[in-house]
Amino acid sequence: MIVLGRAFGLALALGLCASAHAAAFKVLLLQRADDPELERSRTERAYLGHPGGPAFDGLSVALQEAQFELDAAGASVTLERSAVDAAQAARDAAGRAQKAGFAAIVSDLPGDWLLAAADATPLPLLNVGDAADRLRERDCRARVLHVLPSERMRADALAQTLVSRRWSQVLLLSGPSALDAERSAAAQAAIKRYALKLVQNKPFKLSADPRERDLANPLLLTGTVSVGSYDVVWVVDSDGEFARALPYRTALPRPVVGDAGLVALAWQAQFERFGAPQVSRRFAKSAGRAMTAHDWAAWLAGKALAAAATAAPKGPAAAFAKALPALELDGSKGTSMSFRAWDGQLRQPMLLSDGQGVIAMAPADGVLHPKNNLDTLGADAPEKLCKPKP
Amino acid sequence: MHPFVVRTGLACALSIAGPALAQGVAFVSSEKDHALTVIDLKTLAVTGTVPTCKRPRHMQLTPDGKQLLVACGDSNAADVIDVATRKSVRKLPLGDDPEAFDLSPDGKTLYVTNEDEAELSMIDIASGKVLRKVPVGKEPEGVKVSPDGSVVWVTSEVANLVHVIDTASGKVMKNVKVGKRPRRFALTPDGAQLWVTNELSASVTVLSTKDYSVIDTLQLQVKGVRDTDITPVGITMTRDGKRAYIALGRANHVAFVDVASRKVSDLVLVGKRAWNVALDKAEARLLVCNGLSDDLTVIDVASAKPLKTVPVGRVPYMAVIVE
Repeated sequence: MIVLGRAFGLALALGLCASAHAAAFKVLLLQRADDPELERSRTERAYLGHPGGPAFDGLSVALQEAQFELDAAGASVTLERSAVDAAQAARDAAGRAQKAGFAAIVSDLPGDWLLAAADATPLPLLNVGDAADRLRERDCRARVLHVLPSERMRADALAQTLVSRRWSQVLLLSGPSALDAERSAAAQAAIKRYALKLVQNKPFKLSADPRERDLANPLLLTGTVSVGSYDVVWVVDSDGEFARALPYRTALPRPVVGDAGLVALAWQAQFERFGAPQVSRRFAKSAGRAMTAHDWAAWLAGKALAAAATAAPKGPAAAFAKALPALELDGSKGTSMSFRAWDGQLRQPMLLSDGQGVIAMAPADGVLHPKNNLDTLGADAPEKLCKPKP
Repeated sequence: MHPFVVRTGLACALSIAGPALAQGVAFVSSEKDHALTVIDLKTLAVTGTVPTCKRPRHMQLTPDGKQLLVACGDSNAADVIDVATRKSVRKLPLGDDPEAFDLSPDGKTLYVTNEDEAELSMIDIASGKVLRKVPVGKEPEGVKVSPDGSVVWVTSEVANLVHVIDTASGKVMKNVKVGKRPRRFALTPDGAQLWVTNELSASVTVLSTKDYSVIDTLQLQVKGVRDTDITPVGITMTRDGKRAYIALGRANHVAFVDVASRKVSDLVLVGKRAWNVALDKAEARLLVCNGLSDDLTVIDVASAKPLKTVPVGRVPYMAVIVE
């Protein structure tokens, strides 16, 4: 089964003991060739909220640990992966996967490539790599399920935490990239939604040029002469280098949140509750590194695929595809999680971490929702932000 | 049903508690303390602590009642504590990350779940030798041995299965699909029904031990609490098998369930994240460990009211009563 150019041809045959009549579901992981996010120089820095390694690691751990359940149901899930280098390549790979009888696609791709793949096939597609809100809103697709929390969910989680701490005066520092602009808008919307006060939104730039020091120097950016008083500094820095050096360098002794300091994450390896240490330990043993939020998303995607196979052990692929969005999933975050009907996003608790442990969880205590408190994080049904293309 | 009259309030309850009530103590394990808290059952006050191994969780008395076995997750061993002297007499290796265990009816063999290894280990208590290891689904937790000792039941939290394992051969005879994140067991005294709590399904699966078919699924509800916040774990039954007590985790309540009709008769508010439950000998009092409020609630069973909440260790896990 050749699935495109730089295919790894690495098939993990799991579920070996399944009975002869077992339905075998094939899953294709689409990943970015030479992913710049996974360059060693980046993963070594271990910025919070950034991937720590390939999505394959989490997926294969989940499928291995589901073996008993799959065997008992008489089903199996096999995982193959393919690296693509452009949107067109993603589209071709998805089309080929469908012809080759695959049951689902897992995407660890940039948004546009993901959309290209999704539009090339009616197969269900699980997004574990891109948090962009547009994929859940104006560019949403039916059959695309998002396991990774959206940027808005992360911003809402942080805003709720600030409300519960009564740190209401927020100084926002926003980075220069287009992604920063999008994420800064998400942060500002969350600040508004939770009635926090935006003291000021200041652009920053990573620079040592003395002529740009008011853009680059943390003391000048956070000095009270220019911004007045504030309770907390929220930094939006998708790159990570500026944010990492911001805590303890602000003019006022105030906490930093956002992309450094306190960060809203889907997972943190030191999380202690709900059986989380066992999950992190299994991952670390298998992948040889600490489990990041992205790894958790990949792991949960694997769990979802195994659960769908267990729910429809005799097939066909259509029954598998039908079971997938209706699953109730256990991701060791203390509550059962499911996909939102309106945008395919997995509703889930968020962990607020400083990188050393989990300081708080969101939804914060006392933040309520008429149906499910998890839906206080991210886009809710009445907003009707997703009108999916069929 | 009980050797004393229905009580009307706390003060009254304590004053007439008298001789019918337990004279003994409760040992309470707390995950973050490396020690057991001792509570006097008469005064309901903490009278001391017993140092033990690291991260003590499940505890059980030997059939003769003379020794208390304490499974310690971070010590990979059980601490064997002499009940009379309250001193540790030996350590019994239990393999990696032991969580829960049960003993064979003759008290000679210990069956323990090793969470990290996803195994059930069978251990000879006298020699400390591992007799057999049986691979099971990931994150195995609850363990229960059948009254005749021929079968051991194990839950896997990840696989959502109950494994039926033959103790003689170590073979998994059956995998039974139950609810999400199955945790603990209770067996009706006639041995016919096995009750399994499902932490993430807010339910209890009732299995027939004859053919392992699902007889019923008891969906637990608390008014004003969403299903996702009802996370049942600990369960125990009265000796006559008429009533089950189920701790509802994050719903902060204990449910009294009529076993025959499978209906909840009472809900008692306790501390945060009610975890494991224990009845005293007279079945007059129920002790509930509250994992997230670091305390233990004593419930008067007859009136279905909490009598007292006693601060214990950090992250209390379960209580064992010695009378």
